[in-house]
Amino acid sequence: MEYKDYYKILGVSRDAKADQIKAAYRKLARKYHPDVSKEPNAEERFKEVNEANEVLKDSEKRAQYDALGSGWHAGDNFRPPPGAGARGAAGRGYEFSEEEAAQFSDFFSSIFGGMGGGRGGRSSGFGNAGMNADPFAARGRDQTARIRISLEEAYQGGTRQLRLEVPEIDAQGQVKTRIRTLNVRIPAGVTEGQQIRLAGQGSAGGGSASQSSSAGDLFLEVELEPHAVFRSEGKDIHLKLPIAPWEAARGATVPVPTLGGTVSLKIPAGSQSGQRLRLKGRGLPGKPAGDAFVQLEISNPPADSDEARAAFDALAEHFKSFNPRAKLGV
Amino acid sequence: MPKTISAIEGVILDERTVVTVTELTRVCGVSLEQVSSMVSEGMLHPLGGAPEHWRFTGIEVRRTRRALRLQQDLELNLAGAALALDLLDEVEQLRSRVRCLEHQLGALSDAEGPG
Repeated sequence: MEYKDYYKILGVSRDAKADQIKAAYRKLARKYHPDVSKEPNAEERFKEVNEANEVLKDSEKRAQYDALGSGWHAGDNFRPPPGAGARGAAGRGYEFSEEEAAQFSDFFSSIFGGMGGGRGGRSSGFGNAGMNADPFAARGRDQTARIRISLEEAYQGGTRQLRLEVPEIDAQGQVKTRIRTLNVRIPAGVTEGQQIRLAGQGSAGGGSASQSSSAGDLFLEVELEPHAVFRSEGKDIHLKLPIAPWEAARGATVPVPTLGGTVSLKIPAGSQSGQRLRLKGRGLPGKPAGDAFVQLEISNPPADSDEARAAFDALAEHFKSFNPRAKLGV
Repeated sequence: MPKTISAIEGVILDERTVVTVTELTRVCGVSLEQVSSMVSEGMLHPLGGAPEHWRFTGIEVRRTRRALRLQQDLELNLAGAALALDLLDEVEQLRSRVRCLEHQLGALSDAEGPG
């Protein structure tokens, strides 16, 4: 397993004082909290920071960690010294609830042991319901996962296969990761940042077999992939629609792509670039459905032949007195 | 215990999903007192008058969970969590607005000419 440099993770020196460790931890916890951070690996970093803090804030654990020596570098192949982590051995076993232990790395559990009794207590991490009203319920942990889908999928809905990493404690008290596959129905009309709750699909309940414990919930947070043509804002869809100068000037009925297929849009005579038109109900579905906002963008044909240039010359000749910059005073 | 399921149907936590206060406490693992104090703090806006008739939207289920995580993980008090929630909402709205506006801005090219 990989050696973890907890000092480096928190960005403190090996002789950092407790208050320095606390300050560094607090700052990083705020930075990488999965509810706050948009960094792609925020959740992983947050767990790492918590693990480092778990060790360094506790003088006993810190001493035990320091005893490994300072010759290690992050990522080094680490073999735990004999006796470390084993429950009871050298009286060094710490007790963590399964929930807590599952948050920590193999490296951590090799030194500080895996799970012990079902000690309650706070644990951190995305998707932790925590604070159970009934401490004996030992309800499984809620899980939160991000799901990235295309705008088309958000419009139509569909089925997505998810692969979730589920930390588990094996018979030796070590944390193992199991891959769990499940097919999830994406409801039509989901929007960016929205959450989908899948009741009972989180971690299995803890506690002994005699306790009837229910599994936690799985919360999926929707992230929409950037689209080549459309941008979504809530249920509304925005797109830029290129039109020819004469379509803008004289008005025209033109085809517009929408998520539901091509529709006809009437461009009013005298339209200008930047003007926005609304197609009611052509956004993401729902009650009410979102709208599609079309921003007009006048696109000039290329003046790449004598005939084309002559056509523009005729236009210029005809509109000799037209100054598009009159409002700018130039 | 592998779970093989054809396709699981979820519930979107949006304004159309409505839960009772009992469901909220169960889903979020909070006590009624905690919900009450979040309501007094202005973090949650239930429908219905008396606490036993309170109804919450899916948006508020999400807010509740988020508030709890922030309180626990960052050791915030209720007022701090309330402020963080409001700011996070605002940041999300602004991010989505920026994405849209960037899309509308189009490509940039350097101007040429005598200046």
